[in-house]
Amino acid sequence: MEDAEGRDPSRVDVVVRVNGDEHALSVDPRTTLLDLLREKLAVTGPKKGCDHGQCGACTVLLDGRRVLSCLALTVAVQDRAVVTVEGLGGDVAERLRREFVRHDGFQCGFCTPGQLCSAVGLLDEIERGVPSARTENLEAVPVLDGGEIRERMSGNLCRCGAYANIVRAIAAARG
Amino acid sequence: MTPRVAGPRVDGWDKVTGAARYAADHSFDGPVHCWPVSSTIAKGRVVSIDTSAALAVPGVVAVLWHANAPRLHTPTADPMSAVLVKPAELAVLQSDGVAYHGQLVAAVLADSLEAARHAAGLLVVEYEQLPHDAELRPGARLRVAPPSPGLDPPEQTIGNPAAALAGAEVTIDARYTTPAEHHNPIEPHATVAAWQDGGVVLYDANQGAHLIQGVIAGMFDLPRDRVRVVSAHVGGGFGAKGPQAVAVLAVMATRMLGRPVKVTLSRQQMFALVGYRSPTVQRVRLGADRAGRLAAVIHEVVAQTSAIHDFCEPAAVLTRTMYAAPHRHTTHRLARLDVPTPFMLRAPGAAPGMFALESAVDELAVVCGLDPVELRIRNEPAADPDTGLPYSSRNLVRCLREGARAFGWRPPPRRDGHRLVGSGVAASAHPSHTFPSTAQLRLHPDGRCTVALGATDIGNGARTVLTAITAEAMAMPPERIDVLIGDSSLPLAAPAGASAGTASWGSAIVDAARRLRAQLTELGDRPLPPDGLTALGQTLGDLAGTPTGAQTAKYAFGAQFAEVCVDIDSGEVRVTRLLGVFAAGKILSPHTARSQLLGGMTMGLSMALHEESVLDSRFGDFVNGDLAGYHIATCADVPDIEVGWIDETDDQVNALGAKGIGELGIVGTAAAIANAVHHATGIRVRDLPIHPHRILEGRP
Repeated sequence: MEDAEGRDPSRVDVVVRVNGDEHALSVDPRTTLLDLLREKLAVTGPKKGCDHGQCGACTVLLDGRRVLSCLALTVAVQDRAVVTVEGLGGDVAERLRREFVRHDGFQCGFCTPGQLCSAVGLLDEIERGVPSARTENLEAVPVLDGGEIRERMSGNLCRCGAYANIVRAIAAARG
Repeated sequence: MTPRVAGPRVDGWDKVTGAARYAADHSFDGPVHCWPVSSTIAKGRVVSIDTSAALAVPGVVAVLWHANAPRLHTPTADPMSAVLVKPAELAVLQSDGVAYHGQLVAAVLADSLEAARHAAGLLVVEYEQLPHDAELRPGARLRVAPPSPGLDPPEQTIGNPAAALAGAEVTIDARYTTPAEHHNPIEPHATVAAWQDGGVVLYDANQGAHLIQGVIAGMFDLPRDRVRVVSAHVGGGFGAKGPQAVAVLAVMATRMLGRPVKVTLSRQQMFALVGYRSPTVQRVRLGADRAGRLAAVIHEVVAQTSAIHDFCEPAAVLTRTMYAAPHRHTTHRLARLDVPTPFMLRAPGAAPGMFALESAVDELAVVCGLDPVELRIRNEPAADPDTGLPYSSRNLVRCLREGARAFGWRPPPRRDGHRLVGSGVAASAHPSHTFPSTAQLRLHPDGRCTVALGATDIGNGARTVLTAITAEAMAMPPERIDVLIGDSSLPLAAPAGASAGTASWGSAIVDAARRLRAQLTELGDRPLPPDGLTALGQTLGDLAGTPTGAQTAKYAFGAQFAEVCVDIDSGEVRVTRLLGVFAAGKILSPHTARSQLLGGMTMGLSMALHEESVLDSRFGDFVNGDLAGYHIATCADVPDIEVGWIDETDDQVNALGAKGIGELGIVGTAAAIANAVHHATGIRVRDLPIHPHRILEGRP
């Protein structure tokens, strides 16, 4: 099916940058970022746990901020930088990986790609002074105690029940 | 890529880099996406499906329903795994009958996920609807549950409990209820299947590759070796990932189309299709003297099942072994309803049953004016009350004493503004099984050793614990062990279930190591042959009895202590401390064992405070069927849980001296929390979950 200018109106051309690689694609406009990553680009780190923005397993970084890729449409991330667990780099991510392993911040590991992306986003939010629902002094830089970590990590469900270890891992990675 | 770091969990680095691949992460070229379609009535039959609009959607390849689905054979299973196979659930699209809301009635196959999903919404299903009954209510028609391996006999009377109760100085008579609860592993059920060379390859999310292989081979009339099931990493199971219709559907579709097929259940579909813990109504009656010594225990359970499969939540089974009451009566009755089929969920029977029993024991302690730790110690049996056999080991009392010491038992209840703080205790227990398994060891000339078997990592740390077992059995450093699991082409192994995986797999490895060491002795000073040496080991599991030949009762035990903080204005309960001390034989891999117990306790906390699947009897299905409606504990709900264990030597339980721990941690947690709520507030909550309204309704 093509229109007068030879384009298929049921598809949209987009350019997305994933883990540093640029992809020029023609996509079904209904394609979520998560399905694009997993089904079209074979980037399978982000997981589909609920496809509804309720579990956090699909969390990725979009221009450095954590988002749920199952709730983001591909056509809305044109020219933006997507980073998945595979592409997490730098000291903070590396420390988080090591501390998750050291403190056993997972069991089955299915939610872990989302937990790690979320943790990277969380530490950046603290650096930027972004308060949470739990932060008492909205003027000061939030103090990353156990309560703040728990509050800010509660968008990422873990059914194996590794929360206590996840909190320890993030606290240790912060140093 | 960062170099692999040696972690305490051998596949840990794969899990923090995204390298660990789960079922739906796999793809064959040009897959067809399958979108299953669920029934919107609770009882009746599918008269017809108008597929024309769906088939007109660009990219749609086919619509499968009972009128065009190929006929399949009835699944078969060996006696050990028969309990895990639900034939009527697996007979997907095999008849026009609808037995519950949410049952699969069709599947759309398309070149893209978007097209499949869109077309599924265009199917017009015409039903003939029959009146249904989906409510577990007082007066429901009940029958005695049929016997099954986890529930045999369903009813049992020892001594004269009625007379003992009538003559008791102190009695408790209380009714406890637990709601339907769903497994909700974060990984949904998924299968990627490709028909190749007259056979089929499946990447499948399951708790036992060989179990799935056997079912698929039987249903599609294939020799076992033409079915290969690969399950390298599985995103949690908790009992929901036995053989499921989704795998059957994938194989059916790939055989029909000659193209690879990928199917994943939506989170919403999982609420009807893959099992749940039945709601229970339990009446517990205790009769004791004023010193708290039990004379009579009566535990009566009512649960529900579906119209097409019998499964009874065996909630009174552990009651038969817990305490030294000479007079006991336990029953399980079942209501057959037009509801989705309930099934085993982490610690089936034990988790809801021990909520009731351990709450009742706490109530008895209150009436007797005794410390609940002391009351339990007074009722410690010398031998298993159920069978009369000696225990292979039983250290509940040590767990209670050690836990009480570590917890600082028992601080008095206190008030902190509008918050009331209290603490509670409950016992944990779980049977220790070993199932038939085999394992192959290969010692290579370069000094490495490979262990291969169809074991499964569902989060249990299989690769890590099997590395530790092999290293010890071969007297080699763990760095030189390579573990191959998660594939039905490897030696036959038991599934990861009933807390028996590690015991079963490890016993087979110990046997293989014994054979391999014998070969090494024979070899003497000569070098290893170029292919190395191999040995196949096996265990017959429980069928072979205990290592020393003595008959024993085999259980792991534990004690859990909880501190709660109850907001008396809002009714919110928060767990501020949770401590568990367990006695589970030899702890083979402390790092992953601690996590499993921690995970069980976390799920127990979630069961106590959050989880409840609400069934609307008008429609016959769960109305809170997603993760926004069905609350599992989040990070903010869970305190820094303390987990410990005592040194326990047990040369009777199995060749490893180790008891299963996958389920032990969830048993007793909910009672410890409910007992703490009572200690804090004086309000006895007998109905889970302990939502705020139950506190508010209980206030004086």
